[in-house]
Amino acid sequence: MNWSSIFQQAISQAFGLNAVVFAMATIGLNVHFGYTGLLNFGHIGFVAMGGYGVGMAITTFGLNPYLGLLVGIVYALLFALILGVPTLRLRGDYLAIVTIAASEVFRIVVRSTTLAPLTGGNTGITAFAAPFYDLNPFTERLYSFGPFFYTGPNLFMITVGWPLVILVTVAIWQLMRSPWGRVVKAIREDEDAARALGKNAYWYKLQSLMLGGAIGGLAGILLAIGNSTVQPDYFVPVQTFFLWAALILGGVGRIWSPIVGSMLFWALLTITDGVMRGLQSTGAIPSWLMDGPQVGQVRFMLVGLGLALLMVYRPQGIFGSRQEMMLDAR
Amino acid sequence: MPVDAAPSPLAGVPYEPGVDKPDPILIVEGMRKAFGGLMAVDVHKVSIQRGLITALIGPNGAGKTTFFNLLTGFDQPDSGTVVFDGKAVSGVSPYRLANMGMVRTFQLTKSLTRLSVMENMKLGAKQQVGEAFLRAFLPLFWRGQEREIEARAEDLLSRFRLSHMRDEYAGTLSGGQRKLLEMARALMVEPDLVMLDEPMAGVNPALTQSLLEHVKSLRSQGITIVFVEHDMDVVRDISDWVVVMSEGRVIAEGPPEVIGQDPDVIDAYLGAHHDAPLTVAQEEQQLAQIEEAQAELDEPGTDAL
Repeated sequence: MNWSSIFQQAISQAFGLNAVVFAMATIGLNVHFGYTGLLNFGHIGFVAMGGYGVGMAITTFGLNPYLGLLVGIVYALLFALILGVPTLRLRGDYLAIVTIAASEVFRIVVRSTTLAPLTGGNTGITAFAAPFYDLNPFTERLYSFGPFFYTGPNLFMITVGWPLVILVTVAIWQLMRSPWGRVVKAIREDEDAARALGKNAYWYKLQSLMLGGAIGGLAGILLAIGNSTVQPDYFVPVQTFFLWAALILGGVGRIWSPIVGSMLFWALLTITDGVMRGLQSTGAIPSWLMDGPQVGQVRFMLVGLGLALLMVYRPQGIFGSRQEMMLDAR
Repeated sequence: MPVDAAPSPLAGVPYEPGVDKPDPILIVEGMRKAFGGLMAVDVHKVSIQRGLITALIGPNGAGKTTFFNLLTGFDQPDSGTVVFDGKAVSGVSPYRLANMGMVRTFQLTKSLTRLSVMENMKLGAKQQVGEAFLRAFLPLFWRGQEREIEARAEDLLSRFRLSHMRDEYAGTLSGGQRKLLEMARALMVEPDLVMLDEPMAGVNPALTQSLLEHVKSLRSQGITIVFVEHDMDVVRDISDWVVVMSEGRVIAEGPPEVIGQDPDVIDAYLGAHHDAPLTVAQEEQQLAQIEEAQAELDEPGTDAL
């Protein structure tokens, strides 16, 4: 087994495009659940909004590409409004149901043949990212430095994406230590208490849903441009739960957990994948037990097992505080 | 016995349900709320005198908490009007009422467990600049106000003897401390009217005394207090006026010493409990009797098994 190659891939993945997109999306989820206590089980829907926003703005509506970026955010904000206005007055569970349903409805609608002229149907939207890559200084096909190994376009998105992720993280950190953050955290703890103290809980929840949604949309924009395409079937519900996995791994309601959780999530996926393939090639895993294509599924089982163990031994995640966790249980 | 000997502003007000007060801060009229077939609240009229402590008492299920929820906007009545400080506030949402100066606490304390005691306090302050989304990003807009709020919170915390807990999570406080925190936090709103839902429930007797002192000190600051209570001793000790509810209706009103003698009240409220134990010793004796009887009943049961 080639350990150095597995290690190299894991590191490259931990800093790669997938991790950037996940980190950005998970920051949004952290705003929703970690700080405001909103149960959003359809976060990938917001990511899809960002991706389709930028894709449709450029190809379908023929707008200026930079305006397209804005359209991506606007799509996500509208999605948050449509979901939030009717459900945020109700108990938390309703938002959970509506978000997971709405993200799935959106995916199925945009992949329908009827809408193909607008959304590209099941093949999605392509050929919109070129104007952005005109700015790409990494013109060679492959770049390799230290353990890192990226294609030129990928490297471009990473060098744009990570600073953006840090910028958003710092903004959220500042927001959450302000009185605004205090109100949303109070709503997370007990909405009625916040209302009794004169805070318009509904309005703050809506703001939080829109903020986290817009950040999810930004992740979708990075994804769409990074892959130069928007595919409807990327946005399946299981992606939402991968985002949750990354968030829980890092620690819910902690400022750095989306970044570290996402990096670890992708590194672990790559390592388990590499190790199992290695064991297969040496014959340690016989082919009657598991064949090549099954590795992809089994690694998610292992991630699930890892999360289950995490919940047992370190339920607060990497950054979380055990003391805080125990308070919650009261 | 009422604690202050000063002549009550309610002198001369007749002791009857729904009577008008000379200077009411809150007037409720024709308020009804039914849950299915059960008329939980059916209050013809109640007015609350400004600057006094009014107790709302009644047996379990009398509709006191429901009435509280209706008054504070946490529940909507089927009909009825509420006038607070001269303004009609029927259907106004709880957060608006709080900003208008009517603040409530809850029967089950709602301390925000994963916020520090100080953060709990600071949350209560009204009209915070930094609570607006865009300004929240720029501390220069709200840092000054935050300092003022913090100073006020420190002051209240020391009055409520919680200063040593200021940086602890509110979830680490004891039940009694949580009651104190909730009351202190309500004061951060700078209310004119404080509605306390069973402030003494689940609090040990020593702390009850200190809570009572705090409630009295609120009155001396000119804050009006309405509180729900079960314990007649507490009611007698601090309230200036008592409103008695039973089965959703107001059945009596008057000063505590008069209410204690009212036959309707004794019937509906005290009467329902007249066989309840009066002292701990009696209670233990009764429990022992019950256990004995239970043991006798159980014996043939074990044979049958």
